[in-house]
Amino acid sequence: MANSKITVENLNLHYGENHALKNVNMEIADHAITAFIGPSGCGKSTFLRCLNRMNDLVDGCRVEGKVILDGEDIYDKRVDTTLLRKKVGMVFQQPNPFPMSIYDNIAYGPRLHGIKNKKELDEIVERSLQGAAIFEEVKDRLLKSALGLSGGQQQRLCIARALAVSPEVLLMDEPTSALDPISTLKIEELMETLKKKYTVVIVTHNMQQAARVSDDTAFFLVGEVVEKNATSEIFARPRDKRTEDYITGRFG
Amino acid sequence: MSPRVLFEQDLETLKNKVSEMGEHAEISYDHMLYGIQENKEDILKTLLDTDHKMVDMQRSIEAMCLSLLTRQQPVARDMRLVSAALKVVTDIERIGDHVADMVELYLRMGNMNSEGKQEKLLLKMMEEAKDMIHNSVEAFVEGDEANAKKVVEHDDVVDDLFNDMKKEMMQAIREQNLDADRVVDYLMMAKYLEKVGDHAVNIAQWAIFRMTGDMEGARLY
Repeated sequence: MANSKITVENLNLHYGENHALKNVNMEIADHAITAFIGPSGCGKSTFLRCLNRMNDLVDGCRVEGKVILDGEDIYDKRVDTTLLRKKVGMVFQQPNPFPMSIYDNIAYGPRLHGIKNKKELDEIVERSLQGAAIFEEVKDRLLKSALGLSGGQQQRLCIARALAVSPEVLLMDEPTSALDPISTLKIEELMETLKKKYTVVIVTHNMQQAARVSDDTAFFLVGEVVEKNATSEIFARPRDKRTEDYITGRFG
Repeated sequence: MSPRVLFEQDLETLKNKVSEMGEHAEISYDHMLYGIQENKEDILKTLLDTDHKMVDMQRSIEAMCLSLLTRQQPVARDMRLVSAALKVVTDIERIGDHVADMVELYLRMGNMNSEGKQEKLLLKMMEEAKDMIHNSVEAFVEGDEANAKKVVEHDDVVDDLFNDMKKEMMQAIREQNLDADRVVDYLMMAKYLEKVGDHAVNIAQWAIFRMTGDMEGARLY
Protein backbone atom coordinates (compact mmCIF):
# COMPACT_ATOMS: atom_id res chain seq x y z
CA MET A 1 0.00 0.00 0.00
CA ALA A 2 1.30 3.43 -0.92
CA ASN A 3 1.67 5.65 2.13
CA SER A 4 0.63 3.25 4.83
CA LYS A 5 0.84 4.69 8.33
CA ILE A 6 0.50 1.53 10.37
CA THR A 7 1.48 -1.99 9.39
CA VAL A 8 0.25 -4.87 11.52
CA GLU A 9 2.08 -8.19 11.21
CA ASN A 10 0.82 -11.52 12.52
CA LEU A 11 -0.94 -10.01 15.49
CA ASN A 12 -2.37 -12.50 17.95
CA LEU A 13 -4.10 -11.50 21.18
CA HIS A 14 -5.20 -13.68 24.06
CA TYR A 15 -7.43 -12.67 26.94
CA GLY A 16 -6.24 -15.48 29.23
CA GLU A 17 -7.20 -18.64 27.36
CA ASN A 18 -9.42 -16.83 24.87
CA HIS A 19 -7.67 -16.36 21.52
CA ALA A 20 -9.43 -13.13 20.66
CA LEU A 21 -7.42 -11.94 17.67
CA LYS A 22 -5.99 -14.42 15.19
CA ASN A 23 -3.13 -13.68 12.80
CA VAL A 24 -4.19 -10.19 11.91
CA ASN A 25 -2.21 -8.67 9.09
CA MET A 26 -3.15 -5.23 7.88
CA GLU A 27 -1.93 -1.97 6.47
CA ILE A 28 -3.68 1.22 7.47
CA ALA A 29 -3.44 4.12 5.05
CA ASP A 30 -2.27 7.56 6.08
CA HIS A 31 -4.60 10.55 5.54
CA ALA A 32 -7.55 8.25 5.16
CA ILE A 33 -10.38 6.90 7.26
CA THR A 34 -10.33 3.17 7.85
CA ALA A 35 -13.44 1.58 9.35
CA PHE A 36 -13.62 -1.71 11.24
CA ILE A 37 -16.98 -3.43 11.03
CA GLY A 38 -18.23 -6.75 12.28
CA PRO A 39 -20.73 -8.34 14.66
CA SER A 40 -20.53 -8.00 18.44
CA GLY A 41 -17.53 -9.75 19.91
CA CYS A 42 -15.65 -10.03 16.63
CA GLY A 43 -12.55 -8.30 18.00
CA LYS A 44 -12.74 -4.97 16.23
CA SER A 45 -12.55 -2.84 19.40
CA THR A 46 -9.90 -5.14 20.84
CA PHE A 47 -7.85 -4.66 17.69
CA LEU A 48 -8.37 -0.89 17.78
CA ARG A 49 -6.99 -0.83 21.30
CA CYS A 50 -3.89 -2.69 20.14
CA LEU A 51 -3.00 0.28 18.01
CA ASN A 52 -2.15 2.39 21.05
CA ARG A 53 -1.48 -0.42 23.50
CA MET A 54 -4.55 0.30 25.60
CA ASN A 55 -4.84 -3.48 26.02
CA ASP A 56 -1.69 -3.33 28.18
CA LEU A 57 -4.03 -2.09 30.89
CA VAL A 58 -6.13 -5.23 30.74
CA ASP A 59 -5.15 -8.01 33.17
CA GLY A 60 -4.31 -11.28 31.48
CA CYS A 61 -4.08 -9.78 28.04
CA ARG A 62 -1.19 -11.07 25.91
CA VAL A 63 -0.22 -9.64 22.53
CA GLU A 64 2.14 -11.26 20.00
CA GLY A 65 3.16 -9.87 16.67
CA LYS A 66 4.04 -6.38 15.50
CA VAL A 67 2.30 -3.06 15.10
CA ILE A 68 4.65 -0.89 13.11
CA LEU A 69 4.02 2.84 13.24
CA ASP A 70 6.32 4.96 11.09
CA GLY A 71 8.82 2.13 10.87
CA GLU A 72 8.89 1.28 14.59
CA ASP A 73 7.16 -1.58 16.35
CA ILE A 74 5.07 -0.01 19.11
CA TYR A 75 5.26 -3.24 21.12
CA ASP A 76 9.03 -2.93 21.39
CA LYS A 77 10.00 -2.85 25.08
CA ARG A 78 11.77 0.47 24.66
CA VAL A 79 8.64 2.30 23.56
CA ASP A 80 7.31 4.95 25.96
CA THR A 81 3.58 4.22 26.06
CA THR A 82 2.69 7.73 27.28
CA LEU A 83 4.34 9.20 24.21
CA LEU A 84 2.68 6.53 22.08
CA ARG A 85 -0.77 7.52 23.36
CA LYS A 86 0.02 11.14 22.61
CA LYS A 87 0.86 10.19 19.04
CA VAL A 88 -2.06 7.80 18.74
CA GLY A 89 -5.07 9.41 20.37
CA MET A 90 -8.37 7.81 21.21
CA VAL A 91 -11.99 8.84 21.45
CA PHE A 92 -14.56 6.57 23.04
CA GLN A 93 -18.22 5.78 22.56
CA GLN A 94 -19.38 7.62 25.66
CA PRO A 95 -18.07 11.18 25.64
CA ASN A 96 -15.92 11.49 28.77
CA PRO A 97 -15.10 15.14 29.44
CA PHE A 98 -13.14 15.70 32.62
CA PRO A 99 -15.15 17.40 35.41
CA MET A 100 -13.43 20.72 34.84
CA SER A 101 -13.67 23.74 32.54
CA ILE A 102 -13.62 23.39 28.77
CA TYR A 103 -10.29 25.17 28.79
CA ASP A 104 -8.77 22.87 31.38
CA ASN A 105 -10.02 19.79 29.54
CA ILE A 106 -8.04 20.77 26.47
CA ALA A 107 -5.04 22.11 28.35
CA TYR A 108 -4.75 18.99 30.51
CA GLY A 109 -2.71 16.93 28.04
CA PRO A 110 -0.30 19.70 27.01
CA ARG A 111 0.23 20.64 30.67
CA LEU A 112 0.97 16.99 31.44
CA HIS A 113 3.60 17.05 28.72
CA GLY A 114 5.26 20.11 30.29
CA ILE A 115 3.74 23.15 28.63
CA LYS A 116 3.25 25.93 31.19
CA ASN A 117 3.29 29.14 29.17
CA LYS A 118 -0.24 30.62 29.23
CA LYS A 119 -0.03 32.16 25.78
CA GLU A 120 1.07 28.85 24.35
CA LEU A 121 -1.72 27.00 26.13
CA ASP A 122 -4.30 29.57 24.94
CA GLU A 123 -3.14 29.00 21.40
CA ILE A 124 -3.28 25.23 21.72
CA VAL A 125 -6.76 25.36 23.24
CA GLU A 126 -8.13 27.56 20.46
CA ARG A 127 -6.42 25.57 17.72
CA SER A 128 -7.69 22.26 19.08
CA LEU A 129 -11.26 23.48 19.51
CA GLN A 130 -11.12 24.87 15.95
CA GLY A 131 -9.81 21.54 14.76
CA ALA A 132 -12.78 19.83 16.31
CA ALA A 133 -15.22 22.34 14.75
CA ILE A 134 -16.49 23.48 18.13
CA PHE A 135 -14.57 26.69 18.90
CA GLU A 136 -17.28 29.09 17.73
CA GLU A 137 -19.85 27.38 19.94
CA VAL A 138 -17.79 27.50 23.13
CA LYS A 139 -15.37 30.42 22.74
CA ASP A 140 -17.39 32.61 25.11
CA ARG A 141 -17.59 30.02 27.86
CA LEU A 142 -14.18 28.40 27.94
CA LEU A 143 -14.02 28.68 31.70
CA LYS A 144 -17.39 27.05 32.25
CA SER A 145 -17.66 23.36 33.06
CA ALA A 146 -17.44 20.95 30.17
CA LEU A 147 -20.22 18.92 31.75
CA GLY A 148 -22.70 21.60 30.73
CA LEU A 149 -22.20 20.81 27.03
CA SER A 150 -24.58 18.67 25.01
CA GLY A 151 -23.62 15.08 24.11
CA GLY A 152 -22.51 16.00 20.60
CA GLN A 153 -20.52 18.95 21.90
CA GLN A 154 -18.90 16.82 24.58
CA GLN A 155 -17.77 14.36 21.97
CA ARG A 156 -16.26 17.09 19.86
CA LEU A 157 -14.56 18.34 23.02
CA CYS A 158 -13.06 14.88 23.45
CA ILE A 159 -11.81 15.03 19.87
CA ALA A 160 -10.32 18.47 20.57
CA ARG A 161 -8.66 17.03 23.65
CA ALA A 162 -7.00 14.36 21.54
CA LEU A 163 -5.92 16.96 18.97
CA ALA A 164 -4.35 19.17 21.66
CA VAL A 165 -1.34 16.89 22.02
CA SER A 166 -0.62 16.88 18.27
CA PRO A 167 -1.36 13.27 17.43
CA GLU A 168 -0.73 11.60 14.11
CA VAL A 169 -3.39 8.94 14.43
CA LEU A 170 -6.91 9.19 15.83
CA LEU A 171 -8.65 6.05 16.99
CA MET A 172 -12.40 6.31 17.44
CA ASP A 173 -14.37 3.55 19.06
CA GLU A 174 -18.01 3.95 17.95
CA PRO A 175 -17.67 7.72 18.29
CA THR A 176 -21.26 8.57 17.43
CA SER A 177 -23.19 5.58 18.81
CA ALA A 178 -24.40 7.58 21.78
CA LEU A 179 -25.27 10.70 19.81
CA ASP A 180 -28.33 12.07 18.01
CA PRO A 181 -28.42 12.03 14.19
CA ILE A 182 -27.45 15.69 13.71
CA SER A 183 -24.44 15.45 16.04
CA THR A 184 -23.52 12.25 14.25
CA LEU A 185 -23.51 13.95 10.88
CA LYS A 186 -21.51 16.89 12.26
CA ILE A 187 -18.87 14.53 13.56
CA GLU A 188 -18.82 12.63 10.27
CA GLU A 189 -18.22 15.96 8.49
CA LEU A 190 -15.45 16.64 10.98
CA MET A 191 -13.81 13.30 10.20
CA GLU A 192 -13.55 14.32 6.53
CA THR A 193 -11.56 17.36 7.60
CA LEU A 194 -9.48 15.47 10.14
CA LYS A 195 -8.31 12.86 7.67
CA LYS A 196 -6.47 15.54 5.72
CA LYS A 197 -4.06 15.98 8.61
CA TYR A 198 -4.30 12.69 10.50
CA THR A 199 -4.82 8.98 10.06
CA VAL A 200 -8.29 8.08 11.31
CA VAL A 201 -9.44 4.63 12.33
CA ILE A 202 -13.00 4.09 13.48
CA VAL A 203 -14.88 1.14 14.86
CA THR A 204 -18.54 1.35 13.99
CA HIS A 205 -21.49 -0.96 14.11
CA ASN A 206 -23.39 1.41 11.87
CA MET A 207 -22.74 0.15 8.39
CA GLN A 208 -24.26 3.12 6.66
CA GLN A 209 -21.78 5.26 8.59
CA ALA A 210 -18.86 3.11 7.45
CA ALA A 211 -20.15 3.37 3.89
CA ARG A 212 -20.62 7.16 4.12
CA VAL A 213 -17.44 8.09 5.83
CA SER A 214 -14.58 5.64 5.33
CA ASP A 215 -12.10 5.13 2.52
CA ASP A 216 -11.20 1.57 3.50
CA THR A 217 -13.18 -0.98 5.46
CA ALA A 218 -12.06 -4.13 7.26
CA PHE A 219 -14.61 -6.79 8.15
CA PHE A 220 -13.87 -8.73 11.33
CA LEU A 221 -15.41 -12.04 12.29
CA VAL A 222 -14.52 -14.16 15.33
CA GLY A 223 -11.14 -12.52 15.78
CA GLU A 224 -10.10 -12.64 12.13
CA VAL A 225 -10.05 -10.11 9.34
CA VAL A 226 -12.22 -11.73 6.67
CA GLU A 227 -11.73 -9.00 4.15
CA LYS A 228 -10.28 -5.54 3.87
CA ASN A 229 -10.66 -3.34 0.86
CA ALA A 230 -11.71 0.05 -0.44
CA THR A 231 -15.09 0.84 1.09
CA SER A 232 -16.74 1.11 -2.32
CA GLU A 233 -15.58 -2.44 -3.07
CA ILE A 234 -16.66 -3.89 0.26
CA PHE A 235 -20.18 -2.52 -0.05
CA ALA A 236 -20.72 -3.05 -3.78
CA ARG A 237 -18.77 -6.20 -4.52
CA PRO A 238 -17.48 -7.94 -1.43
CA ARG A 239 -15.26 -10.88 -2.29
CA ASP A 240 -16.23 -13.12 0.61
CA LYS A 241 -19.76 -14.41 1.06
CA ARG A 242 -19.51 -13.86 4.82
CA THR A 243 -18.84 -10.18 4.20
CA GLU A 244 -21.81 -9.92 1.87
CA ASP A 245 -24.08 -11.75 4.31
CA TYR A 246 -23.03 -9.37 7.07
CA ILE A 247 -23.40 -6.12 5.15
CA THR A 248 -26.77 -7.19 3.74
CA GLY A 249 -27.94 -7.96 7.25
CA ARG A 250 -28.38 -11.66 6.71
CA PHE A 251 -26.61 -12.37 9.99
CA GLY A 252 -24.96 -10.59 12.86
CA MET B 1 -32.01 -18.25 8.89
CA SER B 2 -31.96 -14.63 7.89
CA PRO B 3 -33.10 -12.16 10.55
CA ARG B 4 -34.57 -10.08 7.74
CA VAL B 5 -37.65 -12.13 7.02
CA LEU B 6 -39.77 -9.18 5.90
CA PHE B 7 -37.05 -7.79 3.67
CA GLU B 8 -36.49 -11.19 2.07
CA GLN B 9 -40.24 -11.46 1.46
CA ASP B 10 -40.20 -8.02 -0.16
CA LEU B 11 -37.41 -9.08 -2.49
CA GLU B 12 -39.35 -12.22 -3.45
CA THR B 13 -42.44 -10.10 -4.07
CA LEU B 14 -40.40 -7.78 -6.26
CA LYS B 15 -39.10 -10.65 -8.36
CA ASN B 16 -42.60 -12.08 -8.70
CA LYS B 17 -43.94 -8.74 -9.87
CA VAL B 18 -41.22 -8.47 -12.53
CA SER B 19 -42.00 -12.01 -13.60
CA GLU B 20 -45.70 -11.20 -13.91
CA MET B 21 -45.04 -8.07 -15.92
CA GLY B 22 -42.80 -10.05 -18.27
CA GLU B 23 -45.46 -12.71 -18.61
CA HIS B 24 -48.04 -10.07 -19.47
CA ALA B 25 -45.80 -8.73 -22.25
CA GLU B 26 -45.21 -12.28 -23.48
CA ILE B 27 -48.94 -13.03 -23.63
CA SER B 28 -49.62 -9.84 -25.57
CA TYR B 29 -46.85 -10.76 -27.99
CA ASP B 30 -48.18 -14.31 -28.37
CA HIS B 31 -51.66 -12.97 -29.13
CA MET B 32 -50.17 -10.68 -31.75
CA LEU B 33 -48.27 -13.53 -33.39
CA TYR B 34 -51.29 -15.81 -33.37
CA GLY B 35 -53.56 -13.01 -34.56
CA ILE B 36 -51.27 -12.26 -37.49
CA GLN B 37 -50.60 -15.91 -38.42
CA GLU B 38 -54.32 -16.74 -38.39
CA ASN B 39 -55.51 -13.28 -39.40
CA LYS B 40 -57.77 -12.93 -36.36
CA GLU B 41 -58.72 -9.27 -36.34
CA ASP B 42 -60.88 -9.44 -33.24
CA ILE B 43 -58.02 -10.76 -31.13
CA LEU B 44 -55.67 -8.17 -32.55
CA LYS B 45 -58.07 -5.32 -31.85
CA THR B 46 -57.98 -6.08 -28.11
CA LEU B 47 -54.27 -5.36 -28.17
CA LEU B 48 -54.90 -1.81 -29.31
CA ASP B 49 -56.52 -0.59 -26.12
CA THR B 50 -54.24 1.23 -23.73
CA ASP B 51 -52.63 -1.44 -21.66
CA HIS B 52 -53.55 -0.15 -18.22
CA LYS B 53 -52.49 -3.38 -16.63
CA MET B 54 -48.97 -3.01 -17.99
CA VAL B 55 -48.71 0.57 -16.77
CA ASP B 56 -50.05 -0.36 -13.34
CA MET B 57 -47.54 -3.16 -13.02
CA GLN B 58 -44.71 -0.88 -14.01
CA ARG B 59 -45.66 1.80 -11.52
CA SER B 60 -46.15 -0.75 -8.79
CA ILE B 61 -42.66 -2.17 -9.33
CA GLU B 62 -41.08 1.29 -9.54
CA ALA B 63 -42.81 2.38 -6.34
CA MET B 64 -41.66 -0.75 -4.56
CA CYS B 65 -38.05 -0.27 -5.68
CA LEU B 66 -38.01 3.36 -4.56
CA SER B 67 -39.48 2.37 -1.23
CA LEU B 68 -36.91 -0.38 -0.72
CA LEU B 69 -34.07 1.98 -1.61
CA THR B 70 -35.32 4.54 0.90
CA ARG B 71 -36.13 2.29 3.78
CA GLN B 72 -33.55 -0.44 3.47
CA GLN B 73 -30.47 1.25 1.96
CA PRO B 74 -29.58 -1.99 0.24
CA VAL B 75 -26.01 -2.82 -0.67
CA ALA B 76 -24.19 -5.44 -2.76
CA ARG B 77 -26.46 -8.09 -4.25
CA ASP B 78 -29.65 -6.52 -2.88
CA MET B 79 -28.77 -3.15 -4.41
CA ARG B 80 -28.08 -4.79 -7.74
CA LEU B 81 -31.45 -6.53 -7.75
CA VAL B 82 -33.49 -3.47 -6.79
CA SER B 83 -31.71 -1.02 -9.10
CA ALA B 84 -31.79 -3.45 -12.03
CA ALA B 85 -35.51 -4.09 -11.51
CA LEU B 86 -36.06 -0.35 -11.93
CA LYS B 87 -34.33 -0.49 -15.31
CA VAL B 88 -35.85 -3.73 -16.53
CA VAL B 89 -39.48 -2.56 -16.22
CA THR B 90 -38.80 0.16 -18.77
CA ASP B 91 -37.69 -2.41 -21.33
CA ILE B 92 -40.67 -4.67 -20.65
CA GLU B 93 -43.02 -1.72 -21.04
CA ARG B 94 -41.42 -0.78 -24.36
CA ILE B 95 -41.91 -4.32 -25.64
CA GLY B 96 -45.59 -4.01 -24.79
CA ASP B 97 -45.73 -0.70 -26.64
CA HIS B 98 -44.12 -2.17 -29.73
CA VAL B 99 -46.67 -4.99 -29.76
CA ALA B 100 -49.43 -2.37 -29.96
CA ASP B 101 -47.51 -0.48 -32.65
CA MET B 102 -47.17 -3.61 -34.77
CA VAL B 103 -50.80 -4.59 -34.36
CA GLU B 104 -51.88 -1.11 -35.46
CA LEU B 105 -49.67 -1.39 -38.55
CA TYR B 106 -50.99 -4.83 -39.40
CA LEU B 107 -54.64 -3.83 -39.05
CA ARG B 108 -54.07 -0.85 -41.32
CA MET B 109 -52.38 -3.04 -43.91
CA GLY B 110 -55.26 -5.44 -44.15
CA ASN B 111 -54.17 -9.03 -44.13
CA MET B 112 -50.81 -10.48 -45.01
CA ASN B 113 -50.26 -13.24 -47.55
CA SER B 114 -48.31 -15.56 -45.26
CA GLU B 115 -47.04 -17.56 -48.20
CA GLY B 116 -45.08 -14.69 -49.68
CA LYS B 117 -41.31 -14.71 -49.32
CA GLN B 118 -41.19 -11.37 -47.55
CA GLU B 119 -44.11 -12.26 -45.32
CA LYS B 120 -42.44 -15.50 -44.31
CA LEU B 121 -39.30 -13.59 -43.39
CA LEU B 122 -41.35 -11.25 -41.22
CA LEU B 123 -43.12 -14.12 -39.50
CA LYS B 124 -39.79 -15.82 -38.90
CA MET B 125 -38.51 -12.65 -37.25
CA MET B 126 -41.60 -12.64 -35.07
CA GLU B 127 -40.97 -16.19 -33.95
CA GLU B 128 -37.29 -15.63 -33.25
CA ALA B 129 -37.97 -12.57 -31.10
CA LYS B 130 -40.76 -14.29 -29.14
CA ASP B 131 -38.65 -16.56 -26.97
CA MET B 132 -36.21 -13.78 -26.22
CA ILE B 133 -38.86 -12.00 -24.18
CA HIS B 134 -39.53 -15.01 -22.00
CA ASN B 135 -35.92 -16.08 -21.66
CA SER B 136 -34.58 -12.65 -20.76
CA VAL B 137 -37.14 -11.99 -18.03
CA GLU B 138 -36.71 -15.48 -16.64
CA ALA B 139 -32.92 -15.07 -16.63
CA PHE B 140 -33.36 -11.85 -14.68
CA VAL B 141 -35.76 -13.27 -12.11
CA GLU B 142 -33.83 -16.54 -11.67
CA GLY B 143 -30.44 -14.83 -11.70
CA ASP B 144 -29.31 -17.06 -14.56
CA GLU B 145 -26.22 -15.52 -16.09
CA ALA B 146 -25.69 -18.32 -18.62
CA ASN B 147 -29.19 -18.05 -20.09
CA ALA B 148 -28.95 -14.28 -20.13
CA LYS B 149 -25.82 -14.55 -22.26
CA LYS B 150 -27.66 -16.86 -24.66
CA VAL B 151 -30.34 -14.21 -25.15
CA VAL B 152 -27.70 -11.61 -25.94
CA GLU B 153 -26.13 -13.92 -28.51
CA HIS B 154 -29.48 -14.81 -30.04
CA ASP B 155 -30.08 -11.19 -30.95
CA ASP B 156 -27.68 -11.68 -33.85
CA VAL B 157 -30.29 -13.92 -35.46
CA VAL B 158 -32.93 -11.21 -35.21
CA ASP B 159 -30.54 -8.54 -36.46
CA ASP B 160 -29.56 -10.68 -39.43
CA LEU B 161 -33.22 -11.24 -40.30
CA PHE B 162 -33.76 -7.48 -40.09
CA ASN B 163 -30.95 -6.90 -42.55
CA ASP B 164 -32.42 -9.53 -44.84
CA MET B 165 -35.76 -7.80 -44.62
CA LYS B 166 -34.17 -4.47 -45.54
CA LYS B 167 -32.56 -6.02 -48.59
CA GLU B 168 -35.88 -7.57 -49.62
CA MET B 169 -37.61 -4.24 -49.33
CA MET B 170 -34.94 -2.43 -51.31
CA GLN B 171 -35.18 -5.06 -54.00
CA ALA B 172 -38.97 -4.75 -53.95
CA ILE B 173 -38.60 -1.02 -54.53
CA ARG B 174 -36.15 -1.52 -57.41
CA GLU B 175 -38.25 -4.22 -59.01
CA GLN B 176 -41.46 -2.40 -58.16
CA ASN B 177 -43.16 -5.69 -57.36
CA LEU B 178 -44.68 -4.63 -54.07
CA ASP B 179 -47.13 -1.91 -53.17
CA ALA B 180 -45.24 1.12 -51.76
CA ASP B 181 -47.41 1.23 -48.62
CA ARG B 182 -46.61 -2.36 -47.92
CA VAL B 183 -42.88 -1.88 -48.39
CA VAL B 184 -42.90 0.88 -45.78
CA ASP B 185 -45.19 -1.04 -43.42
CA TYR B 186 -43.16 -4.26 -43.66
CA LEU B 187 -39.98 -2.35 -43.01
CA MET B 188 -41.52 -0.67 -39.98
CA MET B 189 -42.78 -4.02 -38.64
CA ALA B 190 -39.31 -5.44 -39.06
CA LYS B 191 -37.84 -2.45 -37.24
CA TYR B 192 -40.24 -2.87 -34.33
CA LEU B 193 -39.31 -6.54 -34.13
CA GLU B 194 -35.65 -5.63 -34.12
CA LYS B 195 -36.39 -3.20 -31.26
CA VAL B 196 -38.19 -5.96 -29.35
CA GLY B 197 -35.04 -8.03 -29.68
CA ASP B 198 -32.97 -5.08 -28.43
CA HIS B 199 -35.16 -4.62 -25.38
CA ALA B 200 -34.92 -8.32 -24.58
CA VAL B 201 -31.15 -7.98 -24.83
CA ASN B 202 -31.27 -5.03 -22.41
CA ILE B 203 -33.22 -7.14 -19.95
CA ALA B 204 -30.66 -9.92 -20.32
CA GLN B 205 -27.83 -7.46 -19.72
CA TRP B 206 -29.49 -6.28 -16.54
CA ALA B 207 -29.81 -9.93 -15.57
CA ILE B 208 -26.04 -10.26 -15.95
CA PHE B 209 -25.54 -7.02 -14.03
CA ARG B 210 -27.73 -8.34 -11.25
CA MET B 211 -25.41 -11.29 -10.76
CA THR B 212 -22.05 -9.67 -11.46
CA GLY B 213 -22.21 -5.89 -11.16
CA ASP B 214 -20.86 -5.68 -14.72
CA MET B 215 -22.69 -4.03 -17.60
CA GLU B 216 -21.56 -5.09 -21.07
CA GLY B 217 -18.29 -6.35 -19.67
CA ALA B 218 -17.41 -3.21 -17.73
CA ARG B 219 -17.65 -2.78 -13.97
CA LEU B 220 -20.69 -0.71 -13.05
CA TYR B 221 -21.16 -1.51 -9.38
